[in-house]
Amino acid sequence: MSSQPMLEMRGITKRFPGVIANQDVSFDVSAGEVHTLLGENGAGKSTLMKILFGLYQPDEGEVIWQGAPTTITSPSEAIDAGIGMVHQHFMLVPTLTVAENVALGLASGRRPLTDLGAVSDRIREISEQHGLAVDPSVEVWRLSVGERQRVEIMKALYRDARLLVLDEPTAVLTPQEVDDLFVILRRMTSEGRGLIFISHKLHEVMALSDRITVLRNGRVTGQTVPAESSREQLAEMMVGRAVKLTPDRPDVTRGAARLKVNQLSVQGDRGTLAVENVSFDVFGGEILGIAGVSGNGQREIAEAVAGLRSPVSGSQILFDDENVANLNTKQRRARGLAYVPEERMKDGAVGDFSVSENLILVDHGTDAFTSSSGLFKFDAIKRHCSELVERFAVKTPTIDTQTSNLSGGNIQKVIMARELTAEPTVLIASQPTRGVDIGSAEYIHSQLIAQRARGTATLLISEDLDEVLGLSDRIAVMFDGQIIAIVDADDATREGIGLLMAGVVEPTG
Amino acid sequence: MKRFLGASIPLLAAGIAFLFGAIMLLAIGASPWEGLKALLDGAFGSWDRLAATAIKATPLILVGAGITIAFRTSVVNIGGEGQIVAGALLSTSVALAVPDLPGILLVPVVLIAGLVGGAIVGAIPGALKAYASVNEILSTIMLNIVMVQLMNYLLRGPLIDPREVEAGTRIPQTERLSDNASLPNIVPGVRLHLGVLVAVLAAVAVYILLWRTPLGFRLRAVGHSPDAARAAGINVKANITMALSMSGSLGGLAGAILVFGSEGQRMVTDGSSTGFTGSAGFNGIVAALFGGLHPLWTIPSSFLFGALLTGATNLQRVLQVPAPIAIAINGIVVVFVVSSGRIREKLDRMLDARSELDGPSGDDTATAKGASA
Repeated sequence: MSSQPMLEMRGITKRFPGVIANQDVSFDVSAGEVHTLLGENGAGKSTLMKILFGLYQPDEGEVIWQGAPTTITSPSEAIDAGIGMVHQHFMLVPTLTVAENVALGLASGRRPLTDLGAVSDRIREISEQHGLAVDPSVEVWRLSVGERQRVEIMKALYRDARLLVLDEPTAVLTPQEVDDLFVILRRMTSEGRGLIFISHKLHEVMALSDRITVLRNGRVTGQTVPAESSREQLAEMMVGRAVKLTPDRPDVTRGAARLKVNQLSVQGDRGTLAVENVSFDVFGGEILGIAGVSGNGQREIAEAVAGLRSPVSGSQILFDDENVANLNTKQRRARGLAYVPEERMKDGAVGDFSVSENLILVDHGTDAFTSSSGLFKFDAIKRHCSELVERFAVKTPTIDTQTSNLSGGNIQKVIMARELTAEPTVLIASQPTRGVDIGSAEYIHSQLIAQRARGTATLLISEDLDEVLGLSDRIAVMFDGQIIAIVDADDATREGIGLLMAGVVEPTG
Repeated sequence: MKRFLGASIPLLAAGIAFLFGAIMLLAIGASPWEGLKALLDGAFGSWDRLAATAIKATPLILVGAGITIAFRTSVVNIGGEGQIVAGALLSTSVALAVPDLPGILLVPVVLIAGLVGGAIVGAIPGALKAYASVNEILSTIMLNIVMVQLMNYLLRGPLIDPREVEAGTRIPQTERLSDNASLPNIVPGVRLHLGVLVAVLAAVAVYILLWRTPLGFRLRAVGHSPDAARAAGINVKANITMALSMSGSLGGLAGAILVFGSEGQRMVTDGSSTGFTGSAGFNGIVAALFGGLHPLWTIPSSFLFGALLTGATNLQRVLQVPAPIAIAINGIVVVFVVSSGRIREKLDRMLDARSELDGPSGDDTATAKGASA
């Protein structure tokens, strides 16, 4: 079993009307190995995994499991065979306990009664063995995101999965939780399980993988090991051209302070202070990056500056020296605010609206788009939107396509196009490239840099430390509702910022 | 494929409902064939009957078009009955106050009074929802009851026909309102008054409002995603209030048309709201749902329900079937039509799910949604 791969997918081809989703894809996983499947959205990763779980049948090629050609026709067959999946979106019932969630769908040893005692014992056993630290008696809703993910892993281990597919497992985790997860995953491979890791975070891929297979447009474009590769090479294999992972930042003379935040305190959703007495300035032609583990007040700062969340009285927010703290979002937008929200499908775009409707979501009432008779000027709207779609390289069949049908990267480009055409004085960009493909991310970064050259004051909030380090002129680190340090980007290191993010202010050593 | 299914399912539902009606007629020993003939004859058999159908459809078109405004903004308006009554009361009061205005002025004035009355009664639950998070389903239903009682009070007291008091009969009705306010017929010799035209134009106006104007754009944005609308600088609360107010105004207009298009040319109450509205405030919702919450489709949809109402009267007369049978057939149509909306949603979702699986774009959407979660 050690010499022969645990799973082999040989020459898999899957066609859909008009599209070849997988073309002659070969992929194998050995016991004790982490094999990463890397590729942009739509590269064919999900199709390949759906074939593995029996949701699709391949048109050509075969699946060899534990040495024998196998036809899997449903996910439950895959699970029975020992193939498990940890989905990006957790499949847990929040009101049930961990033990109940794990036992869900399994036959009880004492039918028709449940046998949760035995299940709990086994969970504790597995938990100890793998360092999962999962308490079977706790209701799932009480758990953090990282803990919920460990419950998902527990579910697979409880069913004795020999091969585990992890679909973008780090997307929702903090850097600390990612480190913890990798320790757990390593422990699983050390006892002979195989892992398929699906991700597009390149430094995580480099850190965790034994082997990496890159897919593009349904084909395998390369197979490599971390030692012989680099992030840039992987990105090139994914995108099909050289990609700048770190954008060039030309020298820009810093202007006056265009956004001033003085003693800002904001309540969070739970009614406690999420932001406490925070002050900072953002200058024209500057990108101020805010780094920090999510949930430390970044969202509340963004919403307060955007006028979506009222600050505690006494807080001051100034755009070009005008106090806007008492103005609503519309009035602030009229004074040059642009806002790219963190949750693009919730706050950034109306999913059921067409691309063109989303592009005019802010400016629909202006004379440019509404005639004196009060009706829309559809010609002008169409011209404007077509131009934006072209300028921002939004991949969409038409401008009338429903926005929710676009990929995450393209939806983000639609939002950026809308927000940046207004030529903002203050730009808030929250998680501008989270979940966005590399090509789009590169483009979005170049647009942020272009805004910087224009003299916009940009507040960049991101959990992606590479992004903050690569784009910012200065970096403010948030911890527990406060800015605990603002450092010059030229002096900042990954490690230094990482320590500050964990709340360590004293210089170590 | 989807569009075809969308159009055919309500028709299928109507067909099945008629089948049930046929079985019911068979069960009481009447001929379903004769029943269908009587129904169609009653609804479309002569110009007058056709006109009666159109007159029945009129309040349904108005309430239905109003419902599309509310539902497109993701607020529910079950207050059609109360809004109709409000519009009727205000327009009646205006007609009583200035009876001598010439018709060319008085007709528009009473119609506007109807709009205003409905708008006020719609704005109350709208503002309560927007600014105090009061569930608008409850508040609109409650206001129905309030408005009926207000109508009963006014027609028994302040607005009662003085002759009823003199005679001691005290029938709760107003005196005969100024003939100047009476809605003129649009086709000479046929009892088809201006209200029908007003209703159709109002439905077209709602269509233009929702899809051709910034205000309608904001309403739909709020309906689809209040969060995104807010972040774009749209005043969500004001738009919710506006939606229910506009929705109510069309109900109020229907109320004014009911009064000034009636032969009695006065407002009468039998103590219930249906006695005055003929349940148009509820049937209008059904007509709007049957029309797929599209203001233009609400027009033919309302004509269909109008036809059912007039046809059922004839059915009852010709076949001598008891009135409850005709009402039951109506009810069954409503049940099937409303549930067809659910079926259509499910089918839509199934088709969507399939097209999502049919090709690699499925990957994209899945990840796009994931990224936002």
